Amino acid sequence: MPVILQVSNLVKRFGQLTAVNDISFEIHQGSCFGLLGPNGAGKTTTIEMMEGIKTPDVGTIRYHGEALGQQFRNEAGIMFQTTALQEFITVREIMVQFSRFYPNTSSIDELADRYALHEFLNQDTRKLSGGQKQRLLLAMALINKPKILFLDEPTTGLDPQSRRNLWKQVQLIKEQGATILLTTHYMEEAYELCDEIAIMDHGSIIAHDAPDALLTAHFDDVVVQIHANDIPRQIGEQEFQAIYRNGSAHIVTGDVNVTIEHLLRFEIPLDRLRIRARNLEDLFLELTGKELRA
Amino acid sequence: MWNRIYALFVARNLEFVRDRSALAWSLLLPILIIFVFAFAFTEENPEKFKVGVIPGGVSEGAAAAFKETRFINFIEFDEVETNLFKVERHQVDMLFDPNTHRYWINQTSPNGYIVEKLLVAAYVDAPESLQQILVEGDEIRYIDWVIPGVIAMNIMWGALFGIGYVIVRYRKFGVLKRLRATPVTAMEFLSAQILSRLWLLVAVNTVIFICMDYFVGFRMLGSYFNLFLVFTLGCINLICCGLVVAARISTEEVANGVLNLLSWPMMFLSGVWFSLEGAHPWMQKFSLVLPLTHVTEAAREIMIDGAGIVQISDHLLVLGVSAVILLIIGARIFQWE
Repeated sequence: MPVILQVSNLVKRFGQLTAVNDISFEIHQGSCFGLLGPNGAGKTTTIEMMEGIKTPDVGTIRYHGEALGQQFRNEAGIMFQTTALQEFITVREIMVQFSRFYPNTSSIDELADRYALHEFLNQDTRKLSGGQKQRLLLAMALINKPKILFLDEPTTGLDPQSRRNLWKQVQLIKEQGATILLTTHYMEEAYELCDEIAIMDHGSIIAHDAPDALLTAHFDDVVVQIHANDIPRQIGEQEFQAIYRNGSAHIVTGDVNVTIEHLLRFEIPLDRLRIRARNLEDLFLELTGKELRA
Repeated sequence: MWNRIYALFVARNLEFVRDRSALAWSLLLPILIIFVFAFAFTEENPEKFKVGVIPGGVSEGAAAAFKETRFINFIEFDEVETNLFKVERHQVDMLFDPNTHRYWINQTSPNGYIVEKLLVAAYVDAPESLQQILVEGDEIRYIDWVIPGVIAMNIMWGALFGIGYVIVRYRKFGVLKRLRATPVTAMEFLSAQILSRLWLLVAVNTVIFICMDYFVGFRMLGSYFNLFLVFTLGCINLICCGLVVAARISTEEVANGVLNLLSWPMMFLSGVWFSLEGAHPWMQKFSLVLPLTHVTEAAREIMIDGAGIVQISDHLLVLGVSAVILLIIGARIFQWE
């Protein structure tokens, strides 16, 4: 697949703080690229430079090999983390307004059908719920039939059901051929949607590949998870090198049978035992020594 | 490009018209002010007489005796020619030069008639030395004088705050950031804001003008087209002032402070409420820097004196040139975030 967006040696400083520190990567046409990292890792600064909203101090961003210009503006769909809408105008009016900005647009009714906007199409933008507003913002980002779509933490603050719905929409958009760039601090979201991810911390990319490739490259073991109350901390840490977090003891092992035999020897109850594959959250913890959502 | 400007223009108009409280306020405030002034100033101190006096020649004799008269306010004028219009407009009841014993009165002024009787009484020993000169002219009520300034002031508030405050609010809440992510350019955005504000201000103030004229009926000697031109150019100029203020500020508090810092001196130093004649020379010079002074004076000259386009061309030139300069500065320093 050809490269649609190329990011080279991007640096952005805010006073003393280096928010983005010399990062480079390429996004291939038709793929979904995820920037994963904790709050403050530099994801939003990076995506906003790629959107042309912020100017990098150093480095270049090229769209189809060219600097970001009118073609990019016409072909990019953008959904910010938070957006205020103009007040005293209705959802339909704001859609009409935005459709007039672009040369090539989707029909508003079609978008309203797809994102279930009909129920509040004639309502003032101030009276929308969180989920409704998110759907509207996504529809606005898609009004110009974008070839590349930027989604900055699209599901932050949404309830689990709305989050799942949005994932489904993003999958559909991808199937229709758009390239997607997404930032998130939900590893599940990145795993579900992205073909390729870059994990960011302190403004740098610390790992970059397809999600499964990253996991295979870093891990050949699994995690045995036991409820923290079932295994005394002293035994867990000394005998099993368990890590206690989120109310569970996490034991990393290459051989599950041996670990279970070992647990039985200490008379640890196995009723609440769970075996799971290593995930991106583990990878992040392994790479940085801290939790993604911390 | 026009499509994008039109889209922004329509959205801004809808926002303005639907924001009922702001709309009502921008319509009612000036009407309220005018009515207060209409009632408060139509009966302007009827018991008090005003006589302009040229200095000198009053050390003794009849002239000195006249100047002793109680309940007459004697105002010193340096010369006759430049102050004669005040007698014509009934702003002073008589102008008196004790050096030559000549006096100027307006025959249609009742106060002038009474003051003349007092003067003649003071000259009882030498009535032949007095020389009466008659001038003509209708009384200019305070309301006629103040109305151009009130409309100009209303335009000023609407332009400065309507542009300055709104753009700063857009920036603060990220509306500008969202627009930046579209093909809309800064110039397109600013043009739409200017056009929307301009047409709304012109429409609102035309309605106010017509309403007030219907109820109060003020003096209008010049051409309505010229008056429209002055107010429209004033609108553009003050909108451009607002643009410069809003170009970078990102909090409403700072914007509010700066806009007040601009508007309050203009309110009181542009000759809206009282004439700056007799004010300190530096204040008179300073007032010429303020666009509101030029709008007010040009409108006043058209309405009260019936001035034509040539007589007000200096005001139009100042307003036009400074508007272009302000627009260029505003567009240059404009930041989306």
